Amino acid sequence: MLLKRIWNDRLAALSLTIVGAMLLIGICAPLIAPHPPNEVNMELRYAGASWQYWLGNDHLGRCVLSRLIYGIRPSVLWVLAALIASVFVGTAVGIAAGYWRGRVDAVLMRLCDIMLSFPGYVMTLAVVGMLGPGLTNILIAFVCLKWAWFARVIRTVILPIAEADYVKFAKVLGASQLWIIVRHVLPIALPEVAVIASSAFGSMILQISGLSFLGLGIQAPHAEWGMMMNEARTVMFTRPELMLAPGIVIMVVVSSVNFLSDSLQKALDPKLMVIRSTNGMKHRYQRKEAALQQ
Amino acid sequence: MSLYILKRIGMTVPLLIVISFLTFVLNHLSPMEPVKVILHAQGVPTITEELIAETKAKLGMDSPLLIQYMDWLIASLHFDFGHSYVTGIPVWSMLGPALLHTLKLVLVSSICIFGLSIVLGVICAIREGRWLDLSVRSLSFLLTAMPAYWLAALLAWYFAVKLDWLPTSGMSDGASYVLPVAVLVIGYAGLYFRIIRSSMLSHLNEDYVLYERACGIPESIVTLHVLRNAMQVAITVFSLAIPTLLGSTVVVENIFAWPGLGTMTINAILSRDFPIIQAYVLVLAVAFVLFNTLADVIHAAMNPRMRREH
Repeated sequence: MLLKRIWNDRLAALSLTIVGAMLLIGICAPLIAPHPPNEVNMELRYAGASWQYWLGNDHLGRCVLSRLIYGIRPSVLWVLAALIASVFVGTAVGIAAGYWRGRVDAVLMRLCDIMLSFPGYVMTLAVVGMLGPGLTNILIAFVCLKWAWFARVIRTVILPIAEADYVKFAKVLGASQLWIIVRHVLPIALPEVAVIASSAFGSMILQISGLSFLGLGIQAPHAEWGMMMNEARTVMFTRPELMLAPGIVIMVVVSSVNFLSDSLQKALDPKLMVIRSTNGMKHRYQRKEAALQQ
Repeated sequence: MSLYILKRIGMTVPLLIVISFLTFVLNHLSPMEPVKVILHAQGVPTITEELIAETKAKLGMDSPLLIQYMDWLIASLHFDFGHSYVTGIPVWSMLGPALLHTLKLVLVSSICIFGLSIVLGVICAIREGRWLDLSVRSLSFLLTAMPAYWLAALLAWYFAVKLDWLPTSGMSDGASYVLPVAVLVIGYAGLYFRIIRSSMLSHLNEDYVLYERACGIPESIVTLHVLRNAMQVAITVFSLAIPTLLGSTVVVENIFAWPGLGTMTINAILSRDFPIIQAYVLVLAVAFVLFNTLADVIHAAMNPRMRREH
């Protein structure tokens, strides 16, 4: 039903296809990539596009296309994993705070306040600075920092659900708390959580590739999009096309993810299909904008 | 009102203490012992146990954690963040000028960002759904999906190398501001103009607008009234934008070799120069908290409903 609604919107369908294809290509990278990504071939340094190497070769004669394909893994798949981990923690904390309220809520939210009082980018740099550069450390830093923000937003989603009449009925009927949460609270909150998570995905891809570009992310010789651009930077003025390919790929992926998140939001909100501008939508829209900022 | 401000400021004190403690403890998160890093950086060939103990005693690292924290906090309040592990120069003499350079960049860009996003936000809200609104929004959608460093590299390649209009890097005169500011504006104006736009739109649906229109008040004045109310959201967002920008100029500074905080911190991270990283985190986190407080106070001053709740 949900998929069908997204599918009906042509641009959203295109975005979904792009994101899906990216994930699939990333998973099956060894089957799809025409050459091993780290195969050095000094005779082909800075070779242009050819039938054998579709996008040409980089400063070590490595196949740019294969490196782009392998780059999906750290740039998209691992980011997705970090996103899922932090959303998972955030949802758990958000539900605990929103469902039990009282002291649990107060303690958890103060904790979130403290976490959120550090600007995100600075904290990532700090954690990476202390643990040392590397993709794992960046991902750890992201999970450690992002959960607080997700917890905050998810708590506000949970609050009205936990107060709903049917949840009270379930309590009166003597249902266990875990059952109520899993059966009655979580399913209602899940679509909202999906929208919140997907809206953070695009900016996370950009940030992590940015850190790799600065040399703080994945280390050579592994392929990563930000890292490829960092390598292409020294020859930026003579061979700008090496810089162009990963940049365009990032742009396409991030705008598809953002667009998909927008249409997911629309698809989940039946009100939007009938009336275009109600106040409820505006509130959601503002939350979305806030999510983009993070 | 003044009671609310006092309360709000009172709330920041415990937060600042927690933040400073976390920043201090950060140092102990590292898998490498700080003493060894110092000795490595000073070029000591063989690190013996005695040498480690001696250096620890000299730097006061053998006292309990809380005492160390108090010493560090008091020193930090005097802008004494210790000495760089690598160069031995006092941290503040590096951080101070760098902070100033970054502040200059951030101030110029935030003025441009706010100006541009208010103008675009108002125009798009008035022309909601028309081609102008749609094209500005699609363009900003595309631009926010663009990696900042990539955009920076492309702009540098086109304007500095191909056309040779602007300097590629450094901070010499006014012209060197153009490219870094442009990259930051393109990256952030897209976000902020959308906030202003949606805030304007939600206010345009309010009853007072209908009433004003019914009274025959000119549309330009109605727009001004709506803008004043829409600015409430915008001011909160903007006052948070300044510390966020302070923290996110890193990439842009790195590309344009701007002698600011970002460049300094990346070098510090790569050479594991902990005192600099620590000072950087502390300064920015404090700035973040202070601007956050300021945002709340301004928000309360503009919206009487907020004050009564507290």
